[in-house]
Amino acid sequence: MIRRPAGLRLLAHLQQLFRYRALIHSLVARELKARYRGSVLGLFWSFVNPLLLLLVYSFVFTVVLPAAHPPDLQPFALFMFCGILPWTWFSSSLLEASNVLIAGGNLIRKVLFPAEVLPLVTVFAGLVHFCLGLPILAAFLIYYRVPLVAADLAWFPVIVLIQLLLTAGLALLVSALTVHFRDVRDLLSNVLTLWFFATPIIYALSQVPGPIRRFLNLNPFTHLAVAYQEVLFRGGPFVEWPRLLAVGAGSLAVFAFGYFVFDRLRDTFAEEV
Amino acid sequence: MNAIEVRGVRKTYPRYSRRRQFATLKSALLSGRVLHDLRPEETFDALKGVSFDVAAGKTFGIIGRNGSGKSTMLKLIAGIGRPSEGAVAVKGRVSALIELGAGFHPEISGRENVYINGMMLGLTKREIGARFDEIVSFAELQEFIDAPVKTYSSGMYMRLGFAVAIHVDPDVLLVDEVLAVGDEAFTHKCLDKFSEFRRRGRTVLLVTHSLDLVTRFCDEALWLDAGLAKMQGDPKRVVDAYLMSVAGAENLALEADAQASASSTFPDAPADMTRAIEGRWGSREVEIDAVEFVGSGGEAAHVFTSGTPIEIRLRVRARRPVSDLVFGVGIFNADGVCCYGTNTDIEGATSGAMSGEGQVSFIIDRLDLVEGSYMVDVAAHRKDGAPYDYHRLLHTLRVVSPLKETGIFRPPHRWAFSANIRITGLER
Repeated sequence: MIRRPAGLRLLAHLQQLFRYRALIHSLVARELKARYRGSVLGLFWSFVNPLLLLLVYSFVFTVVLPAAHPPDLQPFALFMFCGILPWTWFSSSLLEASNVLIAGGNLIRKVLFPAEVLPLVTVFAGLVHFCLGLPILAAFLIYYRVPLVAADLAWFPVIVLIQLLLTAGLALLVSALTVHFRDVRDLLSNVLTLWFFATPIIYALSQVPGPIRRFLNLNPFTHLAVAYQEVLFRGGPFVEWPRLLAVGAGSLAVFAFGYFVFDRLRDTFAEEV
Repeated sequence: MNAIEVRGVRKTYPRYSRRRQFATLKSALLSGRVLHDLRPEETFDALKGVSFDVAAGKTFGIIGRNGSGKSTMLKLIAGIGRPSEGAVAVKGRVSALIELGAGFHPEISGRENVYINGMMLGLTKREIGARFDEIVSFAELQEFIDAPVKTYSSGMYMRLGFAVAIHVDPDVLLVDEVLAVGDEAFTHKCLDKFSEFRRRGRTVLLVTHSLDLVTRFCDEALWLDAGLAKMQGDPKRVVDAYLMSVAGAENLALEADAQASASSTFPDAPADMTRAIEGRWGSREVEIDAVEFVGSGGEAAHVFTSGTPIEIRLRVRARRPVSDLVFGVGIFNADGVCCYGTNTDIEGATSGAMSGEGQVSFIIDRLDLVEGSYMVDVAAHRKDGAPYDYHRLLHTLRVVSPLKETGIFRPPHRWAFSANIRITGLER
């Protein structure tokens, strides 16, 4: 085996990964099938889960805490849903990715294939769940007659793509680090809880006092959540796009970094898992 | 042309201390030693600089004791992990039968698992589609292919894993001790498949404990010992050398055993001699200080080939002169069956006496026992049976035989056939 410079090796591995796209595709399909095998509702759960989540939040914020949100964001539950749906994708992908190399230890030790397939499969499986939640969201948007602007909706795939990059980069990083430090799993679940509340999902960014808002602006997911809310929930032109693109550039950097770390630790997986 | 080239390969594994095992991210961060802890000081070398070539189209066997680095070598060739030093080069597509069905997911059907497993091994979806029927019929799972894999028996599971891996149609096939996956018929099928591979000029690398397989199938063999290549060449020669070394090691182990048991003493004779377990008892007026088994070479040994001479040599010492003395010997097999027992009294000695030190040899011209472990009793006692020193099942010897006959006793024999019967190739 010839040693190549790290950068070239990385590119070669990315290229190889592309050749394994059919495997990723099949593994995502397997993931979805296996998850619901044996349950009565089957894949229907992907619709029901976000719906039930929406009901819970509606109950809390319209019945228990009716005064906690600004009056101009109606219906508030739908506003939250615009943020919760992508957040669920993000957090569940990372949580699963943190465990995926250890759970797949048998594969890593016994079969030669690019290990990055495994964390990426969790991210793509999350994406499928996210997409299955979209019809629910669309149905409610139409039901409440939320005005949708076609020019804004064009941004939607861009936002999804940027979130995909960010999630994939972090998933690679987290999965590789967990192999060496099992604590990452426990740490991560707490970090994600904090992260959730530090993101304007169950409140609007406009509600936040100035100094704290500056802090929230450092959070990349703030801009993703705001972008989803702007594009889907609020009518009017989407003006936050420069920030979104900045987050996009950052996400690309995160992905490159995550992949770099993963690649550096790759050879140690077979011995550590 | 070489299909596999291994050059000076060393593989170092970390051997974590207790401290490292419980080290956490927190402690690593606190002590600022994240990177330091990733480079443990305690290591051990599974491979210590191994080099060899496998010519394309050859079937190559790797043998060696457990822990000699065989499987590590195979994994490095498969590309799972990287050598710490040295280089491994493999030409062409590699498929490794290391653990069969390692990637199977229990909840989904055999059909879907075949596709996913095949893709992991580097096939495209179309290639798997083209070979699918062949894979299923090879695994003999036509009826069950759409059932979830969790409902499979372990044999079915392994068969499917084997079928997928072998249908990857690699240029280099790596096999790690997986032939014991099914019944006789399936094993034959696997061996046929290997032969087919050979005929088509593919390279097969076999890691196995089945020496028989190596001598029958391989063109060349490598013997790894404690991470070093001990010998490479003609399989029959390598296997023989390996067997000699194993016998030598067994000798050493039995030696240690013998010393340990000879030093232990059991003062009281058990009430029921026929049920006696191993032990040593007697009045010790005459003492058997040492027992040695001596082969034809004149050296003490514990492993003997069936049909060769053996001398059971006792070093004895009389604490006081005795005038009532019988020496006895008994040989028992591993099941406790007495293969042969005799003493000087049975054989007609009319008197026995000794004083001081001496040596007694019981000489068997041909040790005609079948292969197995045997325990030996030796004793010095009075004519009425009262023991001076009785060693019960304390001494072990091992008989090896090139043939695998059954039973206990191997009488010297030959076969003869009338003219119209042709049986050839009989040993001796």
